[in-house]
Amino acid sequence: MAELQLKSHRFREEREADWRRLEWLLARVEEEAPSKLSSAQLLEIPVLYRQALSSLSVARSISLDQGLIDYLESLCTRGYFVVYGARTSLWRRMSLFFREDWPASVRGLWRETLAAAAIGVGGMIVAMVLIGRDPDWFYSFISPGLTQGRDPTAATAFLRETLHKGGDAQQGLSALAAFLFTHNAQIAIMAFALGFALCVPTAALMALNGAMLGAFLSLFISRGLGVEAGGWLFIHGVTELFAVTLAGAAGFSIGWSVVFPGARARIDAISAAGRRAATVMIGCVVMLFVAGLLEGFARQLIQSTPIRYGVAATSAVIWGLYFYARRPAVRS
Amino acid sequence: MTQAPTSGLDGAREFITPEGVDLRLRLGQVSDRAAALTIDLLIIFVVLIVFSLLTLAVLWVTKAQAPEIVGVIWLLGFFLLRNFYFTGFELRPGAATPGKRLMKLRVIARNGGRLTADAVFARNALRELELFIPVTFMLARGQGVDAWLISLGCLWSLVFLLFPLFNRDRLRAGDLIAGTMVVRAPKPALLPDLAGDGASALSELTFTSAQLDAYGIKELQVLEAVLRGNDRKVIAEVARRIRAKIAWTDGPEVSDRAFLSGYYAGLRGRLERQMLFGRRRKDKFDKG
Repeated sequence: MAELQLKSHRFREEREADWRRLEWLLARVEEEAPSKLSSAQLLEIPVLYRQALSSLSVARSISLDQGLIDYLESLCTRGYFVVYGARTSLWRRMSLFFREDWPASVRGLWRETLAAAAIGVGGMIVAMVLIGRDPDWFYSFISPGLTQGRDPTAATAFLRETLHKGGDAQQGLSALAAFLFTHNAQIAIMAFALGFALCVPTAALMALNGAMLGAFLSLFISRGLGVEAGGWLFIHGVTELFAVTLAGAAGFSIGWSVVFPGARARIDAISAAGRRAATVMIGCVVMLFVAGLLEGFARQLIQSTPIRYGVAATSAVIWGLYFYARRPAVRS
Repeated sequence: MTQAPTSGLDGAREFITPEGVDLRLRLGQVSDRAAALTIDLLIIFVVLIVFSLLTLAVLWVTKAQAPEIVGVIWLLGFFLLRNFYFTGFELRPGAATPGKRLMKLRVIARNGGRLTADAVFARNALRELELFIPVTFMLARGQGVDAWLISLGCLWSLVFLLFPLFNRDRLRAGDLIAGTMVVRAPKPALLPDLAGDGASALSELTFTSAQLDAYGIKELQVLEAVLRGNDRKVIAEVARRIRAKIAWTDGPEVSDRAFLSGYYAGLRGRLERQMLFGRRRKDKFDKG
């Protein structure tokens, strides 16, 4: 029967053992037990993978056995995922992120950061000017859920008390802190996510956030509590506002690449900008977490306004140095 | 980056490895991905409910007073879970959440390179925009101007919800930003070569070259599927039609299955020989 045997059939018989071997090794790795394989077995994978790829090329040109081609395609795909999969461990990836990636991407977004900060400050000034003329504007900027009685009708003594809450006022505090953290993180993520729509919603969010800040400040300034309110706000606000500004900057960078992709194809420019912006965003969530801790604990424990300003200034210096200071090259 | 993707009706997409071989990946169907997302969300909710019940049980046992704790769990827990569940699972070697794994899907980098942690984070951060903002809009209630704003918001979020239906690679906005896509990761087993038993059947049958010229590659693959399906009725019907088509009258009496596998082997041998000489006969209408 030898002359009746097809070339493609012989081709398959000669290589089948290698394919089975690769399939077995891949199954071990996919079960996430690569440590059970010896290093010799691990080194076999790329070799067998390349053999399977070349078998696939040959099979496509000489064989009409569809079952075989489907099998080889899936085998090669699985091999490709293993050979070219993400190999850095989560731990290594995280340390690299904090040492280099995050500060570097924040530095790369300095123009967008300035723009986002300028829009926020602009919103704040507009809100303060408007409320200075007519206090009713206050209600347009701040939703009732956030005020908790801190509005223009409140008595000065009450407002002063809210700045220095004692121990008995802590009821429900952890719920408020959790609410504030998720609220701020959501604003940050929205500012980032909406940048996609040609920067416009991000700019609006930045302006609105600035306006909320301005409304609060102008209320307290009008009662002569400006300095104390500043301390109350900036002890965590430096970190938090910086994080929200960075999130806005990340959104802007994506929107910018949508409109002006430069020399690259638009879709490539968007994914490049998206990856850098996402790095900034992971960092922003960390910053917001730090801000939540400062807000929940430091602000309640520290009642003295000068020390509050001290903490605020320290956090500003630390973030500034961390992101923007020149550092020796770590990567060789 | 070589990007000249051509996707057929079956959703196959050209995908060139660094070795220069096209793997012809199959894209994840939108319906499968929706099912995977539903499973994942269910898992998140079950985790939250179990966690709340446990906390309440602990509170009940210790008789502590902390009524807001469940609120904290749902606010923070849901936020942390929905943002880290997806990212955490997609960074593992399988690059799939439990829902995706059940639906046999996985995430890959669109350019054929490695899937990075940044890309995984970006594609999941955008989920906030695609899914949770629409839900917020739909749960919101308002009157007058607010109601109009809410309906406009719903319309706007519809754009993102339906985004995957309107592009070739079924990308959602997050995939577009992150440079990723979702593909099917099936594991077909190596099926036996039909030419093996075909060869023994062929020893009893002889086909003339005119009879073998009746069909092309497309019909050969249909025949392969019929033989692998092994449904007696279908085999009888196909055998009857092929006998009629090639005017098979004077051959020896063999069973339908033996006839078909013999013909399969003969046809495949002939077509493969033609392929070696550089001629691919697409189907029976292809006269070259």
